[in-house]
Amino acid sequence: MSELITRTAAELASAISTGEVSAVEVAQAHLERIAAVDGAVHAFLHVDSEGALAAAAKVDAQRAAGEKLGPLAGVPLGLKDVMCMEGIPTTCGSKMLEGWRPPYDATVTKRLKAAGIVILGKTNMDEFAMGSSTEHSAYGPTHNPWDLERIPGGSGGGSSACLAAFEAPLAIGTDTGGSIRQPAAVTGTVGVKPTYGAVSRYGLIALASSLDQAGPCARNVLDTALLHSVIAGHDPHDSTSLTDAVPDVVAAAATRDLTGMRIGVVKELGGEGYQVGVRQRFEEALAVLTALGAEIVEVSCPNFDYALAAYYLILPSECSSNLAKFDGMRYGLRAGDDGNSSVEQVMGRTRAAGFGEEVTRRIILGTYALSAGYYDAFYGSAQKIRTLIQRDFAAAFAQVDVLVSPTAPTTAFKLGEKLDDPLAMYLNDIATIPANLAGTPGMSIPIGLAPEDNLPVGIQIMAPARADERMYAVGGALEAALLAQWGAPILSKAVAL
Amino acid sequence: MSALVQPPLMPYDDVLANFDPVMGLEVHVELNTNSKMFCGCSAEFGGEPNTHVCPVCLGLPGALPAVNKKAVEGAMRIGLALNCEIAQWCRFARKNYFYPDMPKNFQTSQYDEPIAFNGYLDVPVETDDGITVFRVEVERAHMEEDTGKTSHLGGATGRIHGADYSIVDYNRAGIPLIEIVTKPIAGAGKYAPAVARAYVTMLRDLLRALGVSDVRMDQGSLRCDANVSLRPNPESKFGTRTETKNVNSLRSIEKAIRFEMQRQAAVLTAGGTITQETRHWHEDTNLTTSGRSKEEAEDYRYFPEPDLVPIAPSREWVEELRATLPEPPAQRRQRLQTQWAINDTEMDSIINAGALDLVVATIAAGADHTAARKWWLGELARTANDQGVELAELAISAADIVEVETLIAAGTINDKLAREVIAGVLAGEGSPTKVVADRGLQIVGDDSELLAAIEQAIASQPDVADKIRGGKVAAAGAIVGAVMKATRGQADAAKVRSLLLAHLGVEDA
Repeated sequence: MSELITRTAAELASAISTGEVSAVEVAQAHLERIAAVDGAVHAFLHVDSEGALAAAAKVDAQRAAGEKLGPLAGVPLGLKDVMCMEGIPTTCGSKMLEGWRPPYDATVTKRLKAAGIVILGKTNMDEFAMGSSTEHSAYGPTHNPWDLERIPGGSGGGSSACLAAFEAPLAIGTDTGGSIRQPAAVTGTVGVKPTYGAVSRYGLIALASSLDQAGPCARNVLDTALLHSVIAGHDPHDSTSLTDAVPDVVAAAATRDLTGMRIGVVKELGGEGYQVGVRQRFEEALAVLTALGAEIVEVSCPNFDYALAAYYLILPSECSSNLAKFDGMRYGLRAGDDGNSSVEQVMGRTRAAGFGEEVTRRIILGTYALSAGYYDAFYGSAQKIRTLIQRDFAAAFAQVDVLVSPTAPTTAFKLGEKLDDPLAMYLNDIATIPANLAGTPGMSIPIGLAPEDNLPVGIQIMAPARADERMYAVGGALEAALLAQWGAPILSKAVAL
Repeated sequence: MSALVQPPLMPYDDVLANFDPVMGLEVHVELNTNSKMFCGCSAEFGGEPNTHVCPVCLGLPGALPAVNKKAVEGAMRIGLALNCEIAQWCRFARKNYFYPDMPKNFQTSQYDEPIAFNGYLDVPVETDDGITVFRVEVERAHMEEDTGKTSHLGGATGRIHGADYSIVDYNRAGIPLIEIVTKPIAGAGKYAPAVARAYVTMLRDLLRALGVSDVRMDQGSLRCDANVSLRPNPESKFGTRTETKNVNSLRSIEKAIRFEMQRQAAVLTAGGTITQETRHWHEDTNLTTSGRSKEEAEDYRYFPEPDLVPIAPSREWVEELRATLPEPPAQRRQRLQTQWAINDTEMDSIINAGALDLVVATIAAGADHTAARKWWLGELARTANDQGVELAELAISAADIVEVETLIAAGTINDKLAREVIAGVLAGEGSPTKVVADRGLQIVGDDSELLAAIEQAIASQPDVADKIRGGKVAAAGAIVGAVMKATRGQADAAKVRSLLLAHLGVEDA
């Protein structure tokens, strides 16, 4: 095992730019690691060795030609399989898109390529990003590198696991209700859901358009900030894309002193239903934040109690419409076209064959919620709750600079444990969903291991919309203080694969 | 092919004696923007199938729409021209239903928040009391995207039933459409079909004047769906309506509505009930047949389009667009009538013939208004009528008319030859000058050629020639006629006469 795989993205970029190591060597080391461990972890659905090595060789050639390299040039990355990449299989973890190769790059993919980032392959996920465990992938679950019997979180379990297994130092996730943050929490990695609209959704295969947001994943706050800077920024192809300048999250990540920072603990997130060890580590993190100069206050966001219910009306509604296009007519799976069947029959058979149980469940829920006579009671009411949650956030941010909570109520649970209980599965996202409903940013960073199971615990830091840099400041300072306490990054405590 | 059975129809006068018709018109207009509603693809009509497409209009996974500002501008200008209010804030919505010509299986449209609403159009209709103005109220004008075009192949009818397979061309998918919906049009009585036709005609002319659409019904850039219902009298509540689609010409609008009134009246009088349904108009057989029944109507599950931000046109923008509107039709009519110094009846006949824009264009091209009116209301109106097409659909331009007038003024052709020239232009033989040359239609002006013809005529009618020589100048007509016949009308009769008399040495009386 090459020591290159344990380096941070910032370190690798620096080593590549000084010529200490070539981008090809770095890519090669990670591809070897994938070959060695991914049979057990299953973080990747597709590994593009050829493309990765070619992209790395291009960076080396640019360096040799004296061209100025971007801050992450040559650094490998795992791309969640929900993001389109030209010519590379993009399945969304579904049989529906098995073998489909997009004819275009998502804006995020384009920006990664332009920055010289080396895309190793596509990472596993719950089918169409619906799930909190990656068990809903049609291609089999991803395993948590901390304990292969456990889930790596979801839907972006492939992205979090590839970081924790040292298969890549960077990954792209997408977060509709917590799919970046919860996997980060349960794998001891860092994940950020930026402000809604900060990163273009063009080419991100939609789950719920008004909630989806792509974001950076890494093993530390600085790397996450560097990746954030690459992928964020206005895109005219996404009408919901923000036109603001990207905040200087890299500078914010270097913050080490939180004097004057007011931090609110959300009363509604962290009580009943949260694992004891999770609460314990969270309390300790608050003490560290206080020691860093922050002032901790409790704030109440009463409508957060309705967030999960509202979310499970809005998300299925939007997804029932977004996923209508998968009908076997133009691309992807076509089932039951025996030459004697109508278009409707073939569409029906294709959808029955191509979608898994969880996807089918949510399409049915959403179709029902949008139906005439039910719309106001379901979709309409949920939108009202959404407004109330936005007001809760606004009121809270009038008092404090950032909000914090545990990212997930528990540490990684066992594969299969909640597969037959959708509601228990949904509860994993109870703390992360409010930020998606409000469009505000959230970050998860590791704060230690729960004493009872020695599994990672994450803290969620939430900031007002368009103030993503505040999370990076708090996250950067907290991470540095914890690292000083621990003496080594948290992943060094994971069992060797 | 399922036979198109002629249903029982009630005579039109009986319909009116027993029922009051109510209509609602939905007009779809394809905007003539360069690019599509939500992507940069060409919005041009035609093209090799599936060449004007991209991930967005093909609805590929991950693709997102971005609104074409020109299309929004077009929608707002249409709204303003229809005297509508323009929304302070509005959104797109998704209309969800599965059909292969819709790449996303939802249409991005507007639902309860249209860009323009509460307007009207005053339409002149020819009644027994002359031209009467009916006010057609416009409920809304909203933006949406067109679908692809499905062709059903292998069957006898070109319709989905009986076809072996179907193919889809997505070039049309995503072309900006404006749907203009009227409020119920009641009180038109026997003029209902004429009001509908006049409304769509006026709307078409208005849209053309706005320059926002090609308004070609034959190419589908202007499409009209007609809702028709009957009620026993103007005091009763509305009856059950049918929606007739596939009405592809102005004439068909009138005919289809009249047909539906007669069909529904026959059903109701026989004690039947009207099924709320979509009906298809058949241009060839002039009847409607039942399509999809609305009882099994789909629930479109409309909800606000989350991929697009709301549109909030500033009042400054609205006023800027208002300033670009063409002169209102009624005002324009008055101005032209004064300018041309013609009376109401003359003006009405121009409007009824659908010739106003054509006359104006012909004048703009260089003709005087008398000549312009003469051609469009005379020869051309007759031709259009014979062919059963609209005047504007004739294959002749304002510039062609001016060219014909110039040829007459230069003495190259006479009025009689001009009619032949126009026939040649209409037949696609090229410009008037080319038709004159190709058909050899110029007046025979060469004296020697005419003299040869005169001598021949004298030789064949020596007795007549003698009479003329004897002073019976009135007999010259027979020789002149023979010469005209011999030159196939391409001679100037007055000139033939004077040459003849000179040749015979006779003084004209």
